Amino acid sequence: MLSYFLKRLFSLVPLLLGITFISFLIIHLAPGKPSYLKEMNPRISAEAQERLIRLYQLDKPILVQYIHWLKRVIKLDFGNSFADGRKVIVRIRERLPITLLINALSLFFILLFAFPVGIISSLKPNGVFDKCTTLFVFIGFSLPSFYLALLLMLLFGIKLGCLPISGIVSFNHSQLSSGERILDIAKHLILPVSVATFGGLAGFSRYVRANMIEVLKQDYIRTAYAQGIGRGRIVCKFALKNALLPLITILGLSVPGLLGGSVILESVFAIPGMGRLLYEATLSRDYPLIMGGVVIGAVLTLLGNLIADLCYAWADPRIRYQ
Amino acid sequence: MRADFWRKKRFVKLRGLVRRPLIFFILSLFLLFPSFFLYAQEDNQPCYGDAIIVGSIGEPITLVPILAADSASQDIVGLVFNGLLKYDKDINLVGDLAEDWEVSEDGLVITFYLRKGVKWQDGVPFTAEDVLFTYKKLVDPHTKTPYSGDFERIKKFEVIDDYTIKITYKQPFSPALASWTMPIMPSHLLKNEEDFKHFARHPVGTGPYRFIKWETGSKIVLEAYDEYFQGRPYIDRYIYYIIPDQSTLFLELKNRNLDYISLTPLQYQRQTNTEFFKKNFRKYRYLSFGYTYIGWNLNNPKFKDKRVRQAINYAIDKEEIIKGVLLGLGRVCTGPFVPNSWAYNPAVKPAEYNPEKARQLLALAGWKKKDKEGILLKGNERFEFTLLTNQGNVSRRKCAEIIQQKLREIGIKMHIKIVEWGCLLDLIERREFEAVLLGWGLSRDPDCYDIFHSSKTGPREFNFVSYKNKEVDRLLEEGRRVFSQSKRKEIYQKVHKLIYEDQPYTFLYVPDALPIIDARFRGIEPTINGIGYNFIKWWVPKDKQRFKR
Repeated sequence: MLSYFLKRLFSLVPLLLGITFISFLIIHLAPGKPSYLKEMNPRISAEAQERLIRLYQLDKPILVQYIHWLKRVIKLDFGNSFADGRKVIVRIRERLPITLLINALSLFFILLFAFPVGIISSLKPNGVFDKCTTLFVFIGFSLPSFYLALLLMLLFGIKLGCLPISGIVSFNHSQLSSGERILDIAKHLILPVSVATFGGLAGFSRYVRANMIEVLKQDYIRTAYAQGIGRGRIVCKFALKNALLPLITILGLSVPGLLGGSVILESVFAIPGMGRLLYEATLSRDYPLIMGGVVIGAVLTLLGNLIADLCYAWADPRIRYQ
Repeated sequence: MRADFWRKKRFVKLRGLVRRPLIFFILSLFLLFPSFFLYAQEDNQPCYGDAIIVGSIGEPITLVPILAADSASQDIVGLVFNGLLKYDKDINLVGDLAEDWEVSEDGLVITFYLRKGVKWQDGVPFTAEDVLFTYKKLVDPHTKTPYSGDFERIKKFEVIDDYTIKITYKQPFSPALASWTMPIMPSHLLKNEEDFKHFARHPVGTGPYRFIKWETGSKIVLEAYDEYFQGRPYIDRYIYYIIPDQSTLFLELKNRNLDYISLTPLQYQRQTNTEFFKKNFRKYRYLSFGYTYIGWNLNNPKFKDKRVRQAINYAIDKEEIIKGVLLGLGRVCTGPFVPNSWAYNPAVKPAEYNPEKARQLLALAGWKKKDKEGILLKGNERFEFTLLTNQGNVSRRKCAEIIQQKLREIGIKMHIKIVEWGCLLDLIERREFEAVLLGWGLSRDPDCYDIFHSSKTGPREFNFVSYKNKEVDRLLEEGRRVFSQSKRKEIYQKVHKLIYEDQPYTFLYVPDALPIIDARFRGIEPTINGIGYNFIKWWVPKDKQRFKR
């Protein structure tokens, strides 16, 4: 097992190199130029623009730029953002906690609701409960999140006035006691987390439902029924356990999603998260920052996959890696 | 205002003396005096305190003045720093950190006499050394500033004494004065800082507000600087909230969490006329310093012909665009200068909407026959082209759609292509476009050499439509040599007329700026220079202040 793990871990290195190289190429070949160069301002003379291109070293061949970049990244230095000259790692670090918090919370609530919904629906596929919940989760899936967000803001923020509209802390946050501060943040998180949860319910609940239906058709379930074991025990112990296996992979794949934010939600709720950071970086062609995001995303995806595979082996005795 | 108050009181006193017994008068005066005093103070006498919360879509990128290129950065930089000169309410250049200045006869030497007794917000006196430092940084090839251009023209920069600077230019360059509105940075703090990294997020200036904190992605807080040389601003704190979504911005305003935002035309016309808004907010409306236009690639054989451009100008109904896109909140643009600029030529009248005249002009240019679809033909070539504009700008998209329909009526088929901003600029730089729908935000100085002079058509330069007119060239050069505003006015009014005649751009509209501000703020006086010029004089009556310290 350990040797398998190590082998997999080492095989990630060339994969990661490939991902970064291709991303670097695509990002640099895409039309457009970084930060100031994108301003349409006659005060920015042609000479000044050329000077900026030289200072950003954009006049060098792409391969040379990539090698420069790689040399720094190996030392875990992602370089400085073009936009404000601050370290990429610092810019990412200040956005990470809030994104992680919101994503972890919404993933938690998604699982909390998706499991019961999926399991109960699977017991009577196409029954009344199944149809109602299907409708409900698909409404969540298909409603544009910004629209739902604005409606909720209007209702809870303005009509009822009980929840804050945007941001993550109140105006007077710094004057509150620590207990009140937590409450303040919690209040600000209710709307964004609800919208994210509602939008994500469909996926998981449908996975659970589909897997459960599949498993409930298996012979060993029939055998269990024939032995006279109670339905509750069959569903929760025999069926659910097996239905959970494919979900490990899906959970593994959602690891990178924890750190990537939704641009739309973050913009509507004015949350300073990763989504907005990387979106703005892309629009302003802030190459070092974009690459920082790419590397983090790639590493997490690969690690998520690896961990999912390992968990799979651990959870399912039929699977053994040699 | 103070004088008014005293006059009012004396009047009351005299009337009382005539009508009432003396004792009663004295008693009543005692009773009335404090209330009168308070009343007067509330209404006319500015007082200190409170905070203003400004909502902005964009977040500043850097607070280093010589690096700040985006408008959000400039919003904050403008409050923390001062230039040597600034624009007053009538858009005249007046002294800011410079008390006075002199331009030599030949226009080559500008001497600035700096204000004495100005202190940086950390207490160190401001001197000529700081100006020299800022200049050196601007022209240092290692500084990532986009603004070096105007300062590369300087031949010699001499510090005569602590408060006098003599700057010699290579050639006379009148926009140089405007270039010295560039905020000045403190030499003592930055001398040893290689790359402004700390300063970019902890700026120290001479301006009315001190920087307090910046919570990335959410807000920036500034506080009144007590020893500001033009007097401490009345409003204690300036809080800049970053809310990247226009609808959220509006909801926060509606919830009275914001005091000041810019409205969209739709919000101005349809969503803010309720009793609630009338009671709690004041809306302002004035012409902005910018215009929207279609730029024609003049190297394209179709648009090379002036008559074709003029025909298109006749075929587009600008009033309709203003009605449809801006809901009436703007004015027809007649050239490279906006009505609020002193360079604007009121004699240039906008061409009327006249499709018939357009057809005649096109016929003269050889576009006579039509094909089955009704598209004009010249030989075998159909009059068909693509208008480029940038993604994310709803008014431009709508505008393009209206134009598309209008041109179709006279037999021109126009396609619309909406591309991301960075890509659009790339296409323009490579001159791979037929027509672009864009806008210029203008500086207060009318010099538009970079946009319309024939020498500025190279790559990365801004005469990307490749407009060439010898007379305009000559005038633009002269406009840069001459310092007298009245003479420059004459020159630029000619430029205005010539460019409108030539139609390198189809000038569409000048949009209105539409700020909305909480009604508790006093002292806001819109002029042709907008409302921001006297921000430090805005104030809130004591009983209406919302934020206590």
